[in-house]
Amino acid sequence: MGWLIFRRLATALPSLVGVVVVTFLLTRALPGDPAAYFAGPAATAQAIEEIRHRLGLDRSLPAQFIDYIGGLARGDLGTSLTTGQPVVSEILTRLPASAELTLLGLAFAVSIAIPLGIFAATRPGSWIDHLCRVIATAGVSLPTFFTGLLLVYVFYYLLGVAPAPLGRLDIYNSPPPARTGFYLIDSLLAGDLATFRASLAQLILPALTLGIFSLAPLARMTRAAMLAALSSDFIRTARASGLTQGKIVGVYALRNAVLPVITTLGMVFSFLLGANVLVEKVFAWPGIGSYAIEALIASDYAPVQGFVLTMALLYITLNLGIDILYGMLDPRVGMAA
Amino acid sequence: MIALLRHARYVLGDNSVTGLAFSLFLLFVFAAALGPSLAPHDPLASDTAQALHPPSARHWFGTDDLGRDIFSRIIVAARLDMGIALASVVLAFAVGTLMGIAAGYFGGWCDRIVSRIVDTIMAFPLFVLAMGIVAALGNTVTNIVYATAVINLPLYARIARAEASIRRESGFVEAARLSGNGEARILLAQILPNILPIMMVQVSLTLGYAILNAAGLSFIGLGVRPPTPEWGIMVAEGASFIISGEWWVAFFPGLVLMLAVFCFNLLGDGLRDIVDPRRRT
Amino acid sequence: MSAGPLLLSVRELSVEFRTRSGTVRALERVSFDLHRGETLAVVGESGSGKSVTAFAVMGILDPAARITSGRVVFGGLDLLTENARALRDMRGREFAMIFQNPRTALNPIRRIGKQIADVLLRHANVRQSDVAARVIELLATVKIPDPARRARAYPFELSGGMCQRVMIAMALACSPALLIADEPTTGLDVTTQAVIMDLMAELARARGMATILITHDLGVAAEYADRIAVMHAGHMVEVARTEELLARPRHPYTRGLIAATPRPQARLDELYAIPGSLPDLRGDNIPACRYSPRCDQRQMDCNEALPRSMVGVDHLVACRHPL
Repeated sequence: MGWLIFRRLATALPSLVGVVVVTFLLTRALPGDPAAYFAGPAATAQAIEEIRHRLGLDRSLPAQFIDYIGGLARGDLGTSLTTGQPVVSEILTRLPASAELTLLGLAFAVSIAIPLGIFAATRPGSWIDHLCRVIATAGVSLPTFFTGLLLVYVFYYLLGVAPAPLGRLDIYNSPPPARTGFYLIDSLLAGDLATFRASLAQLILPALTLGIFSLAPLARMTRAAMLAALSSDFIRTARASGLTQGKIVGVYALRNAVLPVITTLGMVFSFLLGANVLVEKVFAWPGIGSYAIEALIASDYAPVQGFVLTMALLYITLNLGIDILYGMLDPRVGMAA
Repeated sequence: MIALLRHARYVLGDNSVTGLAFSLFLLFVFAAALGPSLAPHDPLASDTAQALHPPSARHWFGTDDLGRDIFSRIIVAARLDMGIALASVVLAFAVGTLMGIAAGYFGGWCDRIVSRIVDTIMAFPLFVLAMGIVAALGNTVTNIVYATAVINLPLYARIARAEASIRRESGFVEAARLSGNGEARILLAQILPNILPIMMVQVSLTLGYAILNAAGLSFIGLGVRPPTPEWGIMVAEGASFIISGEWWVAFFPGLVLMLAVFCFNLLGDGLRDIVDPRRRT
Repeated sequence: MSAGPLLLSVRELSVEFRTRSGTVRALERVSFDLHRGETLAVVGESGSGKSVTAFAVMGILDPAARITSGRVVFGGLDLLTENARALRDMRGREFAMIFQNPRTALNPIRRIGKQIADVLLRHANVRQSDVAARVIELLATVKIPDPARRARAYPFELSGGMCQRVMIAMALACSPALLIADEPTTGLDVTTQAVIMDLMAELARARGMATILITHDLGVAAEYADRIAVMHAGHMVEVARTEELLARPRHPYTRGLIAATPRPQARLDELYAIPGSLPDLRGDNIPACRYSPRCDQRQMDCNEALPRSMVGVDHLVACRHPL
């Protein structure tokens, strides 16, 4: 087991190196003078020179790379021009907001997509089957930002059941004392039910938007995997042994079908981390996505670079987790001839 | 070839949805090609007296906050959106396929380098990488094309690599080799045409994704600048009016965007069923 | 060996499949009997309907299949009229089945011990605490070495022969009265084939269990079966005791099969092959005798209704002009 994890970590290493190299090159690929970019549009010639020296941009490329790695190792991702704060601390402060949103959205997607896929596979031709196939085909065509706006229009403007899309909490509530950064958890820990309800109310629409987006590939894969599992030879054996329908579907078929679904999760995460940015813009969510957007508009480059690097590292870690989970569930892994 | 066409007719006829998608596709191409001449109003003409009017007989999709006709803007935007998507997909297809077949056919260090590049790209969440590339290269439409091309490249490279390495030892390649053809010639003249149908299916499948990507980037303010009409940026411009109830400003561009992506995806599915029904899900 | 009392009686069983290109009449009026403790081999080419017959008896036909007529009477009950729950209770307990390709017929990500335990817990009155011991007992019965350790193995860790033994153990777990073996040794190497067949024969004898052995290999049938039923294109064309069938085949197809079975002295280039191939079973132009297009004894009236005649003691033939 430990050996499996070690091997997986080893395969993630080249990706890690690649990611760091690419983010480094992206900075240096800036058209014009990178120092000017980091100094910002309002900087004087002297300020630009100082920045150039401080960032080591006057040194050779390999030396700059060493500096860059050194900075990363120290946890230094540069400083934001607009706020003057170290990028690392700003990202860390905003990360829980994005994480809470993404996790809730994913939970919603999984809790709908997987049962939907299972029912669609066990009742072919029924309305559930058709619904599943429509969702799977149409879902991938939905632009995330459009869904978000539609939801706001219907539930906030027309029906009035959702709060205004103005961030994590409305003006009447203040954030709970920060323990995890997740408002839902922190408010429960503080015993503050009013804040809990308020944060949940703000979370629902954006999480729903993200969830709808991830629903399609998950439902499609669950249905396909269940159909494949249910038509395999070992299911026929199970039926011939008189096992109950529940056991056949829930244990024999499902556990086999779950494997390709887990693999799909990797792709879903890639989309989710990107869609996060769009959803945060629609709902004015103070996460790292909107952090990056604000920085982009203000031509503040260090936060954008930090954002890309952070997202990539997160993604690599998530994929690692998926690989390890898969290895734990499938005893055949590592037995490749 | 005849058999392929007959099979295509069977699939298209059998599946009325694919047929519908194809007609919709033609509509979009039509709009993109003839764009400005089809628009009833000047997409850039602002008329503040007409600002934020709901859909009416005169303005089918209503007007935006500057009094511009949304319907006209949407039609004209078709050319830009489809153009960006097409350009980036063609670029990704060309570069990715060449890289892929070289890697699959020659193997060795060529394969290692290409695989390393592809894996590095795939190590990023793709939209985030696109953001980073556009931020680094500059906020222009051309760079949107490059960024979208880069993030679609891995798909083509991987498929081309797999298909090329399967065909490396096949009969027709052996025959070409024995008749004295050089390796490069075999690659371009034998293998490439043979895998083209499979790659074309990928092209249609990724066109939809490319449009979504480009629209997403412009939604957050990258690439296209106002007053250029483009579906993504139009939705962004209309977003602030949703909470005050002027839904049409963001709704129609978003709807058209969705329909375009939907029709490309359906077409892609239909094409895949024609070319390789085994891959159906 | 004298036959025991009647265990299974299949009468006029007809099955059709709805497909995109038409309705396939896979089985037509199939009838045969099976007695307790007896081994009946069902022999025929691929596609002759042997497996469909087995699936129909077990009640595990594909949803696209429809049983259009017939009775399958097992221990006095017509299985075709029983409700699904009753059938599920009987399956695995009163009658069981093993399949070809044993590796794919087992759940690849579940330990084999657990798979056997699933059957035990479902049908037998076994306590949770006793299940593990019973599993090891069963594995020992099918002669799997080191059964305690092997019970924790996954199918991919076992050879094809071992997987087939596991399947046999699963099938025998509740001591059924009937075992259906669908081409159990196809896909195994020749030595393993013989070993598995011997094991099955021994276990059947010890438990007084009836066996339906489905095979395309007449040689295997000849060696292990008490009676042989020959199928062609969804028809049962001849049923008789083994020695009787081999010595005095009365259906042209059976004679062809016997001639086509290679004997050790035969030269490979002299092998006899029955001309033609199985007819297309879609549509309505199927002749009454489905063998007639290939038959060298064909006569004018072979297109009329196919009779079933008793041509000797316990020897049934479906032919207008038996040999």
